[in-house]
Amino acid sequence: MGVKKRVPAKISAPGCGIARAGWLGYYPQAHKRGKEAAIVTVWDRWRIPIMLTPTLAVIIFLFLGGLTYGALVSLGWQPIIGRTEISLRAYHSIMFSEQYAEAFWQGLALTIWVSVGSTVISALLALASALLLRRSFFGKRLATFLYQLNLPVPHVVAAIGILFLFSQSGLLSRTGAQLGLFDFPRDFPILVKDRFGIGMMLSFVWKEVPFVGVIVLAVLQSLGVDYEDLARSLGANRWQRFVYVILPLVMPGLLSGSILVFAFTFGSYEVPAILGVRFPRMLTVTAVRFFQNPDLNARTEGMAISVIISIIVFFLVLGYMWLSRRTVRQD
Amino acid sequence: MVAQLANHDHSARQRLLRALHYAAVVLLIFLLLTPLIAFLFNAFSFRWFYPQLFPTELSLRAWESIVAANSKVPEALLNSTILAVGVTVSSVVIGLPAARALGLYKFRGKRVIEFLIISPTIVPGIAVAMGLNINFIRWGLSGNLLGVGLVHLVPVMPYVVLTLAGVFANYDPDFEQQARSLGAGALRTFWHVTLPAIFPGIVVASLFAYLISWSQYILTFLIGAGQVITMPVLLFSTASGSNNPLIAAMSLVFVAPAILILVLTARFLSGKSSAIGGFGQL
Repeated sequence: MGVKKRVPAKISAPGCGIARAGWLGYYPQAHKRGKEAAIVTVWDRWRIPIMLTPTLAVIIFLFLGGLTYGALVSLGWQPIIGRTEISLRAYHSIMFSEQYAEAFWQGLALTIWVSVGSTVISALLALASALLLRRSFFGKRLATFLYQLNLPVPHVVAAIGILFLFSQSGLLSRTGAQLGLFDFPRDFPILVKDRFGIGMMLSFVWKEVPFVGVIVLAVLQSLGVDYEDLARSLGANRWQRFVYVILPLVMPGLLSGSILVFAFTFGSYEVPAILGVRFPRMLTVTAVRFFQNPDLNARTEGMAISVIISIIVFFLVLGYMWLSRRTVRQD
Repeated sequence: MVAQLANHDHSARQRLLRALHYAAVVLLIFLLLTPLIAFLFNAFSFRWFYPQLFPTELSLRAWESIVAANSKVPEALLNSTILAVGVTVSSVVIGLPAARALGLYKFRGKRVIEFLIISPTIVPGIAVAMGLNINFIRWGLSGNLLGVGLVHLVPVMPYVVLTLAGVFANYDPDFEQQARSLGAGALRTFWHVTLPAIFPGIVVASLFAYLISWSQYILTFLIGAGQVITMPVLLFSTASGSNNPLIAAMSLVFVAPAILILVLTARFLSGKSSAIGGFGQL
């Protein structure tokens, strides 16, 4: 994920390192460039801030601005309808009121179950499939191409595809019927629009396996087989090579891919809206429903749910990154 | 004799392993492709009754209604294209300087800036869009392409900046100095020196910007307020009905350009690029 860091061999912007003594430590040879410090121009000093400004403007005004304003609304601040007092009423109402509490906690449980489940299953299958596709075999190029074919398929379409495949009158059910397993669509188990989020997980896993797999495959391919050959020559068997050589090397890629998958599934709307049920309902769908309510007061509850979603995702990802920093070498 | 036997045994085992490997690869690809095949079946089907595995009656009815005069598909395709192209161009123009700063220089607070730029990939878009919704209504940015395009920039910027920063990390700015000292102006230097060097990165960044904007549903829905009909918005509302052939045909129309663009630009894409994460946003 991280941007590659590099100490430039030659610095064409002296203003960013020479003028202030505190920064000299970054550059091993900075003391040799004493002369350049004399010709620092205003442009040099402001160069980096100016270059960063357009992107930061988008992030600060649209991203942080939207989040902050949303958080304010969730606290009951809606000057448009004359409400300027700040309170935690909406949070209290969602989490503890008789009307909403059950839907919220069940929805939270379902959201965590679906996103954690999809992430773990996707990561495992991605690792397995990357190992399959790494070996050289006849037709490898074609197989790799077909493997990546669903990467640009949007989640709306993925959800519909799962519906076509796994609904009670879908392709799988029809195949079963041809084999004499079922007589009627109703004999087929409910796998989409089900209480346990199986349909959503199928949809997410179908989309994310190639996504994480491509990342892992790229790592495996760039490593080559040298490390494994070395381990083999030292007497490591297949399993030992996997656990002690391959796994530690692909772990950073696997983890960063999983973080993106988890964060995405936790906050995604389309798949739960198409493949979910009324109860329990995924948190994002509940939030959007509150938001669509013509009564502007309901927005407060909708915003509160989406703030809760953001906070949970943020801290889970942070904790996950902290854990993986500790257990995985980052280099 | 014993050695020969062992050798034979070894190769038999290897053949079995190879066959198993092939079987696993075929199974994997089959599982990944069946949902896509289901779209083809549905899109051309007509009165496809339950136990039939393959549709026995084929029809172009769904496709006719897509090109019919009252169809909303052309409008949705146009809106989606305008949005995706606009978002792509503006995100690259906006992100290029920041990517250069992050890729070439070390400076105080760099980690904070990087974290800020990456953070939209973690925080769900609905929280951002809901917060912006009210203000966009007030500023007249709700329900039009400009407002929707601005919101699309939020999920797009991290991937554009990350991709281009990765390119700049391996870029030598001394070539620009040389061009300048030979008398080239700033624009000519950019056009003849910088641009060719970072071109592959720009292609990949554009690919992700295009795809992320193209497949965006919930941001368009919340900011577009039902006025901006894009392909995902139209497909989503069609999907709540039960006209499976139409849903399938519309999905194919929606997916085809995305797959085509990926195939055309695939040679610029290496899985090692940090931008590959953009696929996780689709």
